[in-house]
Amino acid sequence: MTDVAASPGNSNVASATPDTMAWDSRARRVMMIYLPLSCFVLILLFPFYWMAITSFKPNAELLNYKEHNPFWITSPTLAHIKHLLFNTAYPTWLKTTMFVAIGSTTLSLFASTLAAYAIERLRFRGSPYVGLGIYLAYLVPPSILFIPLATVIVQFGLFDSPMALILVYPTFLVPFCTWLLIGYFKSIPYELEECALVDGATRLQILRRITLPLAVPGLISAGIFSFTLSWNEFIYALAFIQSGANKTVPVAILTELVTGDVYQWGALMAGSLLGSLPVALFYSLFVDYYVSSLTGAVKE
Amino acid sequence: MSVTTLSSPALTVRQPGWIARLFDYKPFLIVMCLAPAIGLLAVFLTYPLGLGIWLAFTDTTIGRRGIYIGLENFQYLLKDPLWWNAVFYSIFYTGIATFGKFALGFWLALLLNNHFPFKSLLRAIVLLPWIVPTVLSALAFWWIYDPQFSIISYLLVDVLHWRSSNIDFLGTPWPARFSLIAANIWRGIPFVAISLLAGLQTISPSLYEAAMLDGASAWQRFRYITFPMMMPILAIVMTFSIIFTFTDFQLVYAITRGGPVNSTHLLATLAFQRGIAGGELGEGAAIAVSMIPFLVFATLFSYFGLARRKWQQGEAND
Repeated sequence: MTDVAASPGNSNVASATPDTMAWDSRARRVMMIYLPLSCFVLILLFPFYWMAITSFKPNAELLNYKEHNPFWITSPTLAHIKHLLFNTAYPTWLKTTMFVAIGSTTLSLFASTLAAYAIERLRFRGSPYVGLGIYLAYLVPPSILFIPLATVIVQFGLFDSPMALILVYPTFLVPFCTWLLIGYFKSIPYELEECALVDGATRLQILRRITLPLAVPGLISAGIFSFTLSWNEFIYALAFIQSGANKTVPVAILTELVTGDVYQWGALMAGSLLGSLPVALFYSLFVDYYVSSLTGAVKE
Repeated sequence: MSVTTLSSPALTVRQPGWIARLFDYKPFLIVMCLAPAIGLLAVFLTYPLGLGIWLAFTDTTIGRRGIYIGLENFQYLLKDPLWWNAVFYSIFYTGIATFGKFALGFWLALLLNNHFPFKSLLRAIVLLPWIVPTVLSALAFWWIYDPQFSIISYLLVDVLHWRSSNIDFLGTPWPARFSLIAANIWRGIPFVAISLLAGLQTISPSLYEAAMLDGASAWQRFRYITFPMMMPILAIVMTFSIIFTFTDFQLVYAITRGGPVNSTHLLATLAFQRGIAGGELGEGAAIAVSMIPFLVFATLFSYFGLARRKWQQGEAND
């Protein structure tokens, strides 16, 4: 598209040299960096602020902007959260979601650790192609698969069961985790394994005693990523689960709490807030792993 | 790259027990290691993909096995204005949202690439929209777009007095379309920004120093150093972004469910409406399958852009 190597026109810019040093002036920095940055942060965070503040507002304040400043709460209330926890099946949904997320994360970590180890360390003929195949699987979006998968789930007798989600989520978790872990295994010196081989360790001992302990950061990244992705998954959970008790939080809030024409915004936002908190907390504990796995996976 | 791996069986000391020996036999171990991953993907990904293509050629409904009806589903779709509408909006949505995400995300990445206090905290905060379940943030947007109590309308009407009436965000087709795109851009910016930031940090500062010595302006440094060096990572991130925006489901389903008057249906939501909610599995599968050509085209487009760049920069295959 663009001829990069071609001359970047270095003849006409000789005059631009003197003022390059003046770039770091304070006012300019504020205008060019801090101002747009604060706009970005403001816009990116506003929906969460709005969600949080709505869930603690009493209904009178919620729907009356004339007398109450909508950006603040004068008399915060826990009524919406109480309603959510005691009058709806919210705790059950949270439990189901947690169960599904932990189950599918464990399953995908197990499968992808072994696969990544085989592809990266037990190099065999065609291993790059297996790796590529697993990577391509990541490019198949759930929107294409959910209809035939629904029939497969019915055939297996798993319809309306959380087990269906635990078995299906690895389809997008395994490719991601495998690629992440291949990258991590690559960074572990092969000499360590050779030493162990010379010392008479079996392959499985090497994996358990040497490679896995060294790949712990990678395993954590893959684990938290899988957990978040399965917590957030929507379309499969919507298509495969029918009974109220087995629904995951995102699906349940949308299908069970949205009732009639008058939406209970307080309860809806409280549900969204509570449903987001586990991932947000999880995220704040492992931010660095998130960023490294995100960027690491993209670099791969 | 391919250093000979010292794995000849003679080096391993004999272990007692045939199970231990079996697990040290490389071909067996390879099969055992790959079996869980390949098995899961084959049963729940490859098989349904094939099954989906087969279903698209049948008239299966929920509870009844269909028979092969050839191209009838597709012929029906080609005459269906709703399908055409969904195709149009899917492309429109993907195009505008991808452009917005990358323009704003690249800008944010460039901003975050500067030095300032609390940088890592800011980087963490910026990723939040991407971490939180999409449906839940979509609900927040639904509330923000409420016809009566929208906070945006409140700002424009009562605070700034720019408008005299509330905006009807989701009640009429075009505002609804753009509202959804705005929500999608909001959700997509963090991913793009953080991925591109990683790319920006790999560019050697010496390139900029050399360019500064040659007297390149800020724009020239961006145009001739930053942009070309970012090309490979841009191509990868864009491939992902296009694929997952085109097949998006959650945002639209949560905020408008395809309405008003079916104007905001994406192909995925239309497939869900016909296939699962309406029970016409065959037709739903046909709609889902009709996404594949677009996706293949988008992937190839990005992939060849990427391959070309790699070759130009003389990078080794990694």
